[in-house]
Amino acid sequence: MTTTTKPAAPVAAAPGRRPGGAALALRQGRLEITQFLRSRESVVFTMGFPVIMILIFAAIFSDEIAPGVSYTQYFITGMIATGLMTVSFQNLGIWIPIERDRGVLKRYRGTPMPKWVWFAGKVLMVVAIGIAETVLLLAVSVALFDLKLPDTAAKWATFGWVAVLGVTACTLCGIAISSLARTARSGSAVVTPVALVLQFISGVFFVFTSLPSWMQQVAALFPLKWMCQGLRSVFLPDSFGAQEPGGSFELGRVALVLGLWCVIGLVLCLTTFRWTTKRDG
Amino acid sequence: MDDELAISVRGLRKAYGDTVAVAGVDLDVHRGEVFALLGPNGAGKTTTVEILEGYRRRDAGEVRVLGADPAHPDPAWRSRVGIVLQGTGEFDELTVAEVVRHFAGFYPDSDDPDKVVERVGLGAKARARTHTLSGGQKRRLDVALGIVGRPELLFLDEPTTGFDPEARREFWELIRDLSAAGTTIVLTTHYLDEAEALADRVGVIAAGRLVEVAPPTRLGNRQEALATVSWRTPDGTPETAETATPTALVAELAARFGGEVPGLTVTRPTLEDVYLRMIGH
Repeated sequence: MTTTTKPAAPVAAAPGRRPGGAALALRQGRLEITQFLRSRESVVFTMGFPVIMILIFAAIFSDEIAPGVSYTQYFITGMIATGLMTVSFQNLGIWIPIERDRGVLKRYRGTPMPKWVWFAGKVLMVVAIGIAETVLLLAVSVALFDLKLPDTAAKWATFGWVAVLGVTACTLCGIAISSLARTARSGSAVVTPVALVLQFISGVFFVFTSLPSWMQQVAALFPLKWMCQGLRSVFLPDSFGAQEPGGSFELGRVALVLGLWCVIGLVLCLTTFRWTTKRDG
Repeated sequence: MDDELAISVRGLRKAYGDTVAVAGVDLDVHRGEVFALLGPNGAGKTTTVEILEGYRRRDAGEVRVLGADPAHPDPAWRSRVGIVLQGTGEFDELTVAEVVRHFAGFYPDSDDPDKVVERVGLGAKARARTHTLSGGQKRRLDVALGIVGRPELLFLDEPTTGFDPEARREFWELIRDLSAAGTTIVLTTHYLDEAEALADRVGVIAAGRLVEVAPPTRLGNRQEALATVSWRTPDGTPETAETATPTALVAELAARFGGEVPGLTVTRPTLEDVYLRMIGH
């Protein structure tokens, strides 16, 4: 066996300054955000959906749920929670299968990019879009429907941790559920019904306590109900806590259930995540 | 470990369920070499290459790629290996320049992204969204992403599928440039002329086995094969003879005809003849 031997490759000219992990994650996040903002469907349906819903709800329920408290004040909590779930759970559950099917994930795996950087990019995108969308929703509601924003630092803090825990749980679950879809198209078929059913039973479209009690109990197994409940403690007067199924806003339980879903989501991600499609080994 | 070897494979096996894709492959690729893996669809080319690229696990065998086991790729190893996959991972919302720049950022010693875009012939398309590219242009983008990290070893899985003849010639020039600069290149292809034009050695793979490894001119003992001499007798009947000494035969014919031999041709088996015989046609 004869071989033509050529001069060997110059062994990596300058010993590489490999870009730092944090810098890589930021670049990845910026790329994800750019891709999201340039996709018109994503912007309209993910960012616009909660705003459109609050416009419709405010038009239908223009009266007060209690003296001095408008229905908008109640439904804004569901819309914020839904918006956060849309940008994390639905967005990832629909887009990751598309990227997996197109071979985008496989291509990333062939580069020296550490795996976690890709996840960090997704998380940064979810956080940035989630904040933008929530701010937009609040601004529209304040401008058009006299929404009262939280008036104490403690309420803003609650708003913060409920949103962070909720988004974390939904992001992890969105990444996890993305592995259920076998093809690019089926992501939406897997995720949309789950999201829609949760929205109906978790008090997004109806006053939660007006739902049948078995439905309330099913909803209590999933994060969305607890996100709504935590946000109600932020946007509604303290006296409303007595009307909750547990007799109070149960913030401790909100934190516990959302935290538990973060753990479940993380375990599912670590055990089931696939970089390639099944037919692709 | 022999430092002259970029790739060393012994007894490689891989099965998917009952289907044996790779049935015991031994292979050495030297540093600086251009090696072409030639074979029909389903012969095990892609499976073999994807095991070498660190995408698939093997069932058995010893594999070293740049001195490491590709079953456990780390970022340092990944930054020395360039990969052009068969399927394209698309980034519809981004421009050519953005994608190449982003991928350059993953590598410690990357090439200038703008230069790479020029080099693969996409200079005029640098600012175009990738979804507006033609099939051949997308393939060039794939190649750009494979070489932007200045790899020591470059894998190309059927790189010129969808290229027009001119684009293929340009691509061949690019490969020769990379090879002249010392890059080790492993490519799979259906095209015999491509293997013949580029490769220092060709490995023919059929039914999961390497049937032969040789420089393209020597494949199947082409050079030693009998030559076929054809001519027409004075009454116009075609005549052929297989001979190891075609020059002597032609001299004899020239003497017999007293000058020009009507319809004279001298041929040896083409690479295609040899290849088709090897893969069992």
